Amino acid sequence: MSAEDLVTCSIDGIEIAVPKNTLIIRAAEEAGVMIPRFCDHPLLAPVAACRQCLVDVASPAGPEGKLRAFPKPQPACAMTVTPGMVVNTQLTSAAAKTAQEQVAELILINHPLDCPICDKGGECPLQNQAMSTGRSVSRFTEKKNTFPKPLALTAQILLDRERCVLCQRCTRFAAQIPGDPFIALQRRGVNQQIGRFDASVLGVAAVADEAADEAEGDVLAVDGTPFAGYFAGNIIQICPVGALTSAEYRFRARPFDLVSTATVAEHDSTCSAIRVDYRRGQVLRRLAGDDPELNQEWITDKDRFGFHWQTAPDRLRRPLVRRGDDLVEVSWPEGLAAAAEVLGSAKRAAVLPGGRLTLEDAHAYAVFARAVLKTDSIDFRARPSSPEEAQFLAHFAAGAGTGVSLNELAAAPAVLLVGFEAEDEGGIVYLRLREAGTTVYALAPFASRGLARLGGTLLPTLPGAEASALAKLSDAAGPVPEPGASAKGPTSADAVQTLTASAAAALAGGVIVLGERLATSPGAYSAAVAAAERLGAKLVWIPRRAGERAALEAGLLPGLAPGGRALGDLTEAETTMIFGGPLDLEPGLDLPGIVAAVRAGEIDTVLVGGLELVDLPVPPAAATALKGAKVVALQVRGEGISPWADVVLPVAPPQEKAGTFINWEGRLRPFPQVLTSTALSDGKVLQALAAKLGFTLGIGELATVHQVLDRLGPAGRRQPAPAVAPPEAPALGAGEALLSTWHQLVDDAAGLDGEPRLAASAPAPKARLNAATAQGVGARAGDDLQVSTAAGAVTLPVVIDDLPNGVVHLPTKSPGSWVRVALNAANGDVVRIAASSGAKEAQP
Amino acid sequence: MSTLAPLLTSRWGDPQSWTLAAYREAGGYQALAKAFEMEPAAVLNAVKDSGLRGRGGAGFPTGVKWSFLPPPDGGPRYLVVNADESEPGTCKDIPLMMADPHSLIEGVIITSYAIGCHHAFIYLRGEVVHVYRRLLHAVSEARAAGLLGDGVMGTDFKLELTVHAGAGAYICGEETALLDSLEGRRGQPRLKPPFPAVAGLYARPTVVNNVESIASVPWIVANGADWWKSMGTEKSTGVAIYSLSGHVKRPGQYEAPLGITMRRLLELAGGIRDGHELKFWMPGGSSTPMFTAEQLDVPLDYDSVAAAGSMLGTRALQCFDDTVCVVRAVSRWMDFYAHESCGKCTPCREGTFWLRAVLRRIEAGQGKMDDLQILEDIPGSIVGRAFCPLGDGAPSSLTSSLKFFRDEYVQHIDQGRCPYDHTASYLFEAVAA
Repeated sequence: MSAEDLVTCSIDGIEIAVPKNTLIIRAAEEAGVMIPRFCDHPLLAPVAACRQCLVDVASPAGPEGKLRAFPKPQPACAMTVTPGMVVNTQLTSAAAKTAQEQVAELILINHPLDCPICDKGGECPLQNQAMSTGRSVSRFTEKKNTFPKPLALTAQILLDRERCVLCQRCTRFAAQIPGDPFIALQRRGVNQQIGRFDASVLGVAAVADEAADEAEGDVLAVDGTPFAGYFAGNIIQICPVGALTSAEYRFRARPFDLVSTATVAEHDSTCSAIRVDYRRGQVLRRLAGDDPELNQEWITDKDRFGFHWQTAPDRLRRPLVRRGDDLVEVSWPEGLAAAAEVLGSAKRAAVLPGGRLTLEDAHAYAVFARAVLKTDSIDFRARPSSPEEAQFLAHFAAGAGTGVSLNELAAAPAVLLVGFEAEDEGGIVYLRLREAGTTVYALAPFASRGLARLGGTLLPTLPGAEASALAKLSDAAGPVPEPGASAKGPTSADAVQTLTASAAAALAGGVIVLGERLATSPGAYSAAVAAAERLGAKLVWIPRRAGERAALEAGLLPGLAPGGRALGDLTEAETTMIFGGPLDLEPGLDLPGIVAAVRAGEIDTVLVGGLELVDLPVPPAAATALKGAKVVALQVRGEGISPWADVVLPVAPPQEKAGTFINWEGRLRPFPQVLTSTALSDGKVLQALAAKLGFTLGIGELATVHQVLDRLGPAGRRQPAPAVAPPEAPALGAGEALLSTWHQLVDDAAGLDGEPRLAASAPAPKARLNAATAQGVGARAGDDLQVSTAAGAVTLPVVIDDLPNGVVHLPTKSPGSWVRVALNAANGDVVRIAASSGAKEAQP
Repeated sequence: MSTLAPLLTSRWGDPQSWTLAAYREAGGYQALAKAFEMEPAAVLNAVKDSGLRGRGGAGFPTGVKWSFLPPPDGGPRYLVVNADESEPGTCKDIPLMMADPHSLIEGVIITSYAIGCHHAFIYLRGEVVHVYRRLLHAVSEARAAGLLGDGVMGTDFKLELTVHAGAGAYICGEETALLDSLEGRRGQPRLKPPFPAVAGLYARPTVVNNVESIASVPWIVANGADWWKSMGTEKSTGVAIYSLSGHVKRPGQYEAPLGITMRRLLELAGGIRDGHELKFWMPGGSSTPMFTAEQLDVPLDYDSVAAAGSMLGTRALQCFDDTVCVVRAVSRWMDFYAHESCGKCTPCREGTFWLRAVLRRIEAGQGKMDDLQILEDIPGSIVGRAFCPLGDGAPSSLTSSLKFFRDEYVQHIDQGRCPYDHTASYLFEAVAA
């Protein structure tokens, strides 16, 4: 920062130079002076409502620059420093000290003295500032203002209004950060309160019935209340008093009994910084950590509330071995011996390690598969995938180091989202794009709620037709763009063309984001590589799962070695260093290939990591296959694979092991072991298995793994890019539609098991299609729509939205909408749609 | 000796004074014709030169306020008339709009012309539906007569005028809260800067003026700045409406040059009701410190009243005779401020709530001597700490009453009851229980 961008001022006699437009309260922090505050939050716009931060200010005025004092103390949270400004805080000004004490007294008069039973007690800014700035004995002898308590803001978030000091951090967060203004100030004076629309609070009984009806465009949560967004939990954390509590954590613990560990969240590929608080070996809550490069001070509700899966009732503690129809608990030596026997007698093996691994565990699978099981049939993708995707990932992502960072993405002149739903599939990516006000374009079938709140522009694209849309976009590079349309999307062909041209122009120097569902959009990755080159844009691949990037780096795809090398390109020395000796492997198979080979009896043994069969493209096929094979599963929990497994070895969930995720940026996200535990990581178990089978592999030790990877360094040359031609658009018959689908951020994910309140606050699943398509099958808004394939059907209420003709959108794994299980279908597949036969009307 | 100088109130007694015909009959819209012959800058300068000070309470020079607008940038700029008259005791804008709405509309058109505004707004207090109807009627008359819309009076000047009724909140008289309310948001004051002149309504340059200020503009344009300055005092020029209410024989609006004394106004109003003496009076509405008979000769201009320890405010002269319990009066005002506090900032929200509770207790005979300390301290926790000036004004009556009538508070506490017979202060017949 150059000198002219700095402002020198004095705070309590300390000269300090800070960037222009710095607020007094921030400058004071720089100078080591803590001014008490409630409404101030560094990531929210100032409001100056609580008046706790009043300080004395004087600034030079007039031609001679004589210091002129403001007649009244000024709010430090709302005033920026100016050159030569002299600030005296409570430390050096009696007037400021008095003003702060007066405000503290008033803040406390209506605050209940219930600290001993308050969640916030012990970590409460109000408590702290009452000690530093308040009176030791209250002079207030009147009756305090009270409210019925608590008020449920969502199924998960409860509000005790009498504790609230009305600082508006929560309402400002909701409006400014995620753009989910689900709460607001209501009523006034001492009856002012935070709330949602509530006829009984607002005294508007006459319109209550009307309001209860779902207004058009309103999104309701599963429990029937208006959807509050995926980030609402942050308001609990930033509440400076105990007014906002989580139904989950409320009254469960005292902050001073908790042990806090800074770690990394496992639910998405951003790998946000979090803090885990536990007591006596039990995790009680998770909070956002502070990482200015990534999640700043916010996390998704999934990262915040979704931790019970790690201690779910079906959590495995001891190995299981199949005895007839039953899986029987056995000791570790027995379990290892059984697993070693299965794996050791394999004729031809395959490995399905799943997409949630740390780099260390992924490396262990990569080495174990090749060195011990002598197989290259390994695929981390427990979801729909394609060979084109594998080739693209090997070409673009594996071993490429840090590409576009989240900060760079947010600062990009324009971002094009292709097959990627920033809010549902990116979480924090959405927040950061919104905060930065980045220009966003999306190739998608419709403008989602997230895209609308990003102020993004939709380039309407049929699911599966991303490749041709990208090609069109590349072709449009050059012409002068016209102003873009709104997120509602253009209507005429001309408008589409104009829009495409303006997007193409904007993307020079911009970023194209590729998401998971492009794996079922033939040619999309090939077209993206070409488009990025022609438009002068950078590419970034943002998977959903936290472990996918690490799996790539470790080489959990057929033919792929660590660091983005082809297995065949490794030197003998490298091969020995990684795998402990030379390899002589047949070409490996990917997930569909493995499933087919197992069904055909060509593969007889499968080593499975942490994955859900229901997430695989055709779950019944995988189930049948595994049933016919010998299966060793390394699992945190018993459900899922266990019914087909011959041996199940329990492994540690993230909070019980140390490791390193690699986020979508390519950034290492190491995390420590939070809880003391005897559970073993996948790597340790594989190391023990290898030992049982006579191999000495250093794959269970973090240091050894990193030593290998560091010595290996990045790949010298990239794998070739894919070149798959876009397919013909499928012809739709009567009653047929193209399926658009992606995962909602909060859905029936295994990682959210045991969190019913969060599940209740998720958006209610709906089938989306446009009016013409709905009319074509005789369905109206609110009717049930049956979406079916030969495999089965999903029935959901209809929402009319601005989709292309002949497209229906379903959430992938939400209540009543498990697309993979029910339809065996993926994004872009053809499905049948029909109005459901009036089941609703039939009910009394 | 100052006497009445009816200008803004001069037409109030005319038959059907609110109609366009009656207003034209009385010479209305001639100032507008004159203004259109002048350059907009000349109109602005005339108002600036006249020394007209805002009639909404703060007394900021109107023309200077207009000149704060940044140079035109091609985008819209707005005039918003603050007609949210809600201060207890203040009753000048509502009768003006009721009796003479076209004088306000003429002022709006001239001001809009001067500042380059093409869409003006009148933000009216929501409770006064009769005034709302009258304003709407006057605006439609003006539009039909070519005084509003495209080509005002045959010129190429365009002006839309929207009358908006608020929802009944005292806070919306604060100009930034008014703007938020007008935009459809919750009426709470905005953080300044930016000031409305730079980013006001819809974040565009905006002038917010009181009804009486704007209604004075045609008079200044018609007769010149010097004529206006010939009335009033050097720093408080022109005439203004004084609203006398309470225990006077002839309550009502008295228009006189600024600087007239309360003694003179009381004479004009026939004095305090028979058999009683003035006990205290509010010079500028309930947000201004009270005066007693000692201040009857203070000239009622902005600076003299300030020098005497109060504020001219809206010249809402509420008179209270010797039958009035000052504790009861102050308690009622505190009820008002606690009820109307918008709740945004801690000092006003909590402070008025606390003071209301203490005052009610003392009035009910349940006070303690410790309470006097609270009554003396808490106003200091509000004034200069609150977010907006409305909070700063809330404890004025209390603080000044303690200065003049501390004994009366002590009496309530000592006797455990109110020493006054409230029925004696009624201006209507007390109904026997």
